[in-house]
Amino acid sequence: MNSLVAIAYVPDTESKIKVGPDGSSIDESDVKWIVSPYDEYGLEEALKIRESKGAGTVTVVSVGPERVKTGLRECLARGADDAVWVDTGETKNLDALGVSKALAAVAKAATFDFFWFGQKGVGPDESLVGPMTAELLGLPHVANVVHLDVGEGKVTASREIEGAHEIVECSLPAILTAQKGLNEPRYASLKGIMGAKKKPIAEKKLADLDVPEADPAAAKARWRKLSLPAPRQAVKLIPADDPAAAAKELVRLLREEAKVI
Amino acid sequence: MKFLVFIEQRDGKVRKASLEALSLARRLAGGPVAAVLAGQGVGGLVKDLGRHGAGVVYVADRAELALYSSQGYVGALDAAARKESPGAVLVAATSMGKDVAPRFAARHDSGVLADVMDLHLEGDRLVGSRPVYSGKARAEVDCGASPIQIATTRPNVFPAEAQEAAEPRVEALEPFEVSPRARVVRVEASETKEIDVAEADVIVSGGRGIKGPENWPMVRDLQEALGAALGASRAVVDAGWIDHQHQVGQTGKVVSPTLYVAAGISGAIQHLAGMGTSKVIVALNKDPEAPIFQVATYGIVGDIFQTVPELAKAVRAAKAE
Repeated sequence: MNSLVAIAYVPDTESKIKVGPDGSSIDESDVKWIVSPYDEYGLEEALKIRESKGAGTVTVVSVGPERVKTGLRECLARGADDAVWVDTGETKNLDALGVSKALAAVAKAATFDFFWFGQKGVGPDESLVGPMTAELLGLPHVANVVHLDVGEGKVTASREIEGAHEIVECSLPAILTAQKGLNEPRYASLKGIMGAKKKPIAEKKLADLDVPEADPAAAKARWRKLSLPAPRQAVKLIPADDPAAAAKELVRLLREEAKVI
Repeated sequence: MKFLVFIEQRDGKVRKASLEALSLARRLAGGPVAAVLAGQGVGGLVKDLGRHGAGVVYVADRAELALYSSQGYVGALDAAARKESPGAVLVAATSMGKDVAPRFAARHDSGVLADVMDLHLEGDRLVGSRPVYSGKARAEVDCGASPIQIATTRPNVFPAEAQEAAEPRVEALEPFEVSPRARVVRVEASETKEIDVAEADVIVSGGRGIKGPENWPMVRDLQEALGAALGASRAVVDAGWIDHQHQVGQTGKVVSPTLYVAAGISGAIQHLAGMGTSKVIVALNKDPEAPIFQVATYGIVGDIFQTVPELAKAVRAAKAE
């Protein structure tokens, strides 16, 4: 069974975020980039399916500037067979619909049973691209998958919702978005890292695909301004010499000052 | 501008977050708006929607829609949108709303302002504010060249306001295709009927400071006293002390409750990103240098094995007054 796996290459979750000179995107100068953590669950599941079936390929796809190739190489080192890089060229901050259209264009040229996404791309935190791509391709999707059973031409997926799980039967091909809990992503082995250097990365240009959103004037979602949250007021510390008295005082403050209980 | 609001119901109950979105639409529109409701046997819910701002409710009431189906519920929203021709569509940013909105948006060649915490109009243009990088920054966003302006609203942020109102007009939607390609066959509720952290008004979270899963009952006791949901740091989820459904943080759930109590959580940037927009934060930790105190409103530096049980006691005493 063949899988496509969409990869977002994002600032490390430990990074400090600074506003860039344009005032509407982040300052990328000191940022360390990583494969978005949820995408790793998608990749791992695709690799596991290939291993359990003993056949098929895993192709990783990323839309972005040159640096995303580093992320694709990491995925090749973990076991993906090949990769597709959609070079966004001069286009910065392509919106979710634009990314979805680029990924749909790549998918249309491929034969696959699964197209994996992370349940969200860490950073923009939108959870849009998986379902949007499914709609553009006319495919069913299941989002927030935490468990998967693969059958003949269909899957049964457990999807996390508020306080419960929905058990979804879905025909293949399908788009699935991976949630934490689905599996434990593997690390790349030394052999994998060496082997990755010889694996192919096909290159496509965003400008050659039908993605009007590449032009900022045609974007369907825009960041007009980026700001850092106002610093919170300094903490009010309650002396803890007598824990019972401290607890009482805290409850008084929560009631009378903050009015939250 | 005309607004259409997608209403989420499960088991015949409208989700509060949908009433919040509906009330918001009424405020923005300056009067009643349209709503769309999908399910089976849901007609009885219409009156409450009227009180929260619906002037007309489009209803898709069919056996195939008894359980959630992305294509079926998107189909209902789509059918309502074709009748109403709204300029803006609001959907609560719940797991269902986050599933419906992007598919609907792509069908209409539109973007989505996802998970907004503020939404206002500049003329006929919706402008939203949303946390990005898990709350480390905030982006002011608009829908650019989208033919329909679509936003999903973060639960618990906008007030749901009921007021006396005429019963809304009900319009049954014509049957549309419900694809059987992805369908929910059953819903498995969590064993305990717990409040989900993403929707909770009060959250009590435990971190490594609780020392081991055997000490959850102590945290649970405070959680119950406050009527709160139970949260957890990534460290204890990764250690297998609790299911990741409880995880708050950049790779867990991003929450904005009225009150967030962090017990034995040092406050890694990962965690702060997930709860930094909480209204009031209480930090209980023995280490005065713990970063959690930098975002906390109130703090007690001390042994949580003393402060947590005492706090539970004090809360119960205060509530009994």
